[in-house]
Amino acid sequence: MSERQGVLVLAEAQEAQVAPVTTELLGLGRRLAHELSSALSALLIGSGVGGISQDVIALGADTVYVADRPELGTFNSDAYTAVATKVCREAAPSVVLMGHTSIGRDIAPRVAARLGASLSTDCVDLRVDQDTGRLLQTRPVHGGNALATIASRVHPQMATMRPRSAAPAEPDPSRNGRIIPVDTSVLDIQARVVETVREEAEGLKLEEARVVVSGGAGIDGAQGFDLIRQLASVLGGAVGATRLPCEQGWVSPSFQIGQTGKIVTPDLYIAVAVSGAPQHMAGCMGSGYIVAINNDPEAHIFKLADFGIVADYREALPALIRKCQELVSS
Amino acid sequence: MNIIVCIKQILDPEMPPVKFKIDAQAKKVIAPEGIPLVISPFDEQAVEAALRIKDAQEAKVTAITMGGQSAKDAVKHVLAMGVDEGIVLSDEAFNGSDSFSTAYVLSQAIQKAGEYDLILCGRQAADWDAGQVGSIVAEELGIPVVTLARKVDATGGTVRVERVIPDGHEVVEAPLPAVVTVSSELGQARLPTGRGIVMAARKSIPVWSAQDIGCDVSRVGAGAARSEVVALTLPIHERKGEIVSGETGAQAAVNLALKLRENRII
Repeated sequence: MSERQGVLVLAEAQEAQVAPVTTELLGLGRRLAHELSSALSALLIGSGVGGISQDVIALGADTVYVADRPELGTFNSDAYTAVATKVCREAAPSVVLMGHTSIGRDIAPRVAARLGASLSTDCVDLRVDQDTGRLLQTRPVHGGNALATIASRVHPQMATMRPRSAAPAEPDPSRNGRIIPVDTSVLDIQARVVETVREEAEGLKLEEARVVVSGGAGIDGAQGFDLIRQLASVLGGAVGATRLPCEQGWVSPSFQIGQTGKIVTPDLYIAVAVSGAPQHMAGCMGSGYIVAINNDPEAHIFKLADFGIVADYREALPALIRKCQELVSS
Repeated sequence: MNIIVCIKQILDPEMPPVKFKIDAQAKKVIAPEGIPLVISPFDEQAVEAALRIKDAQEAKVTAITMGGQSAKDAVKHVLAMGVDEGIVLSDEAFNGSDSFSTAYVLSQAIQKAGEYDLILCGRQAADWDAGQVGSIVAEELGIPVVTLARKVDATGGTVRVERVIPDGHEVVEAPLPAVVTVSSELGQARLPTGRGIVMAARKSIPVWSAQDIGCDVSRVGAGAARSEVVALTLPIHERKGEIVSGETGAQAAVNLALKLRENRII
């Protein structure tokens, strides 16, 4: 186990650029590699991704393994698992990092199973224990009611990292690194993606939005969400919801934020007629600012918010929308 | 079609926050008194996915859970929803098992249970939220896995899954047998029916030990865990909670907008 060394990051490409979560992982990976006195490598999987390997080097990687092949252009669990496992076996890193994204959370358990690795998912902090050199992996558990710090007994130590929980790396175009092509002749594909459907009409991914306006059980049915949508639109944000509006069919289940839905970390989270139940707050606790609008002055949400107003949303939102419109356009 | 659903009984994620307590020394969550355990909501949705398939075609649905004394309650609940058979896996040797050991135990039980075409799991258990077991079961059995399903159809030796991605969904097809993990977007699980509850009460629920399913005990329990919890803490969530006032709700809203601007938040 001591022969393994270095940190390896699974790099994701997004529209021919390095994905934001990968920039964060490279920043974090660089710091961990420094603390472990070892090197940082990255694995880039895709089709025509060779062009961004230099960017990955500029962002901190000493070595980039590139698996470039047409079949890898869209995510395939079997193929990505096979490639990542192969590279982890050959590069023998002691730490493997992936984003807690639809790719990372899918393949990480499979790769860990094949490597005999440990795995902590959805981590919000990673540090090196100065005494033991072990990776300390901190992650929310029980819907964010507690934080667990986990240490591995085996190597490699794998972790998936929640997006927007580490500072992104600053690119340094003068950095040099090695680019190593990966043999992708064996992909073992069994499950195939036969169709990809982009469907978010509002065009903004909830997980990537800088502003999220969400409605809770206190909203009056589907119509009440019109005001939520308008406020989100004025602020260039996305619409979210707590569980009840999704269950009632007022909005699509894909809008659900919380432990049993999506986890978002916008700069601004506006919770409208939301009580502040733990399972919902688990999905938005990492937001920069939390603003609460609720007509119940005793609502728990006010303790969890930076700013709040005690008001009926039907009265408050039209005024808030108008004022925000005026402020953002001035 | 033989469908297996893996379920887990957990502390109620909806319990009031004041009831949530930890023993930081022992690094364990203290189960609150008087609040019954529930089935992890994603697992209930996995059961729902199985029952939707059974609504449309001939299928036998078997639920498997690993747990202690109360695990039979979880099985009874899903039997009352319409599941055909339930099995409890219980053995002191399983205590402290991590995701890898749990997946190994489940895969041993699945193989003993007989023929299987489709294995459904929740995308994660809503207690430790790891989201690993389903995929590792597939690795143990050497079969394909599709994660984060919002719709599952299985016919003619193929499973067709709508898999949730951030900006929509992708349709994934895999040959059976396969594992599928189910996400919250599948929608609400059905409630048990009165008739279901009566039927469930009459069913016998076998309890299998490590030996019954041929487990290599060196691969299960706390001793086999690949990692350990070194600290468990309560996070500090409180924020300053400044109430912005105004004579009317509308005026408070205007003041709020000004406050956000002043702090360069908008």
